[in-house]
Amino acid sequence: MRRDIFQAIADPTRRAIITLIALQSMTPNAIADNFHTTRQSVSKHLRILTECQLVKQEQQGREIYYSLEIKKMKEIDKWLEQLRKIWETRYNQLDKVLLTMKKQKK
Amino acid sequence: MKNNLQFDFTVDKAAKTVFITREFAAPLSLVWDAFTKAEILDQWIAPKPLISKTKYQNFKVGGKRFYAMVSPGGQERWAIQEYTSITPKTNFKMYNAFADKDENPELPGSDWDHNFSEENGITKVHITIYNESLERLEKIIDGFRQGFTMSMKNLEELLASQPLSASSQK
Repeated sequence: MRRDIFQAIADPTRRAIITLIALQSMTPNAIADNFHTTRQSVSKHLRILTECQLVKQEQQGREIYYSLEIKKMKEIDKWLEQLRKIWETRYNQLDKVLLTMKKQKK
Repeated sequence: MKNNLQFDFTVDKAAKTVFITREFAAPLSLVWDAFTKAEILDQWIAPKPLISKTKYQNFKVGGKRFYAMVSPGGQERWAIQEYTSITPKTNFKMYNAFADKDENPELPGSDWDHNFSEENGITKVHITIYNESLERLEKIIDGFRQGFTMSMKNLEELLASQPLSASSQK
C-alpha cells in the first residue's frame, strides 16, 4: 500500500528529520545523533519518508546519505492549490445559485 | 459586490485539517438550504464541467446523502455523506467517504464540520475538514482532472477525424 504524505508529516520526529536533512544530506547515524531515540526508530522513520518519496537515498562510498525531495514537498502545495481552486469555483457557482433563489423568493 | 466577500482557505498539514471560510450575500436560511438540500447542492457543488447527481438524501442525524460526481464522458465517482450532528441553521457535521456505485464505502473518510452565522444580511460559512489525507485529495483532484481531460480528449478525437488539408497534400 502506498503511504500517505500527510501521515508522514503528521509525526513530530519525521518533521524534525525533514527539517534536518533539508539543510544537508545526512547518514542515518548522523540523523540519530540529533534524537533521544534508538537508531532503529530513526531507520523506521526514514523508511516511511522514503516510501512517501519525501526523501531519497544516495550511496556515497560505504555510507548511505538521505536528502530531501524538494520536488515532492512542492507537489503537496500544488495539490492544495488545486483544491483551493476547486472550492473557489464551487463557491462562485453557489453565488449564482443564491442570486437565483433570492429572485425567486421576491 | 462579490469582491468584498471573504474567502479563506488554509491547511494545517501536520494536523491533516482543512479550513474553508466564505461569506455569501444572502440570508442564512437560503445558504442553509443550499448546503443541506440535495436538489440545490447538485446545482453548485460540482465544479464545471462536472455535474453532481444525488441518488438519495435523508437529512437527519444518522441519515445519508449518496451522490456521484459525473464527468462529461459519463464517468461517475460515488461518495457517501453520513450526517452525524444537526443544529438547524447553525451547524451540521457529517462523515464523508468515497464509495463504489453499490454504496460500499472506501474507508477511511474525513469528518466535516459546517458552521453558519449571519450578520447584516451576509452569511458566513466556516467548514473544517478533519482527517483529510493527501491520498484522498489526490483522488478528488484526479477525479476532477479526469473530467477535464475527457472533454479535451473528445475534442482531440473530433479534430483527428477531420482530414487536415495541409497533411493530406504530399
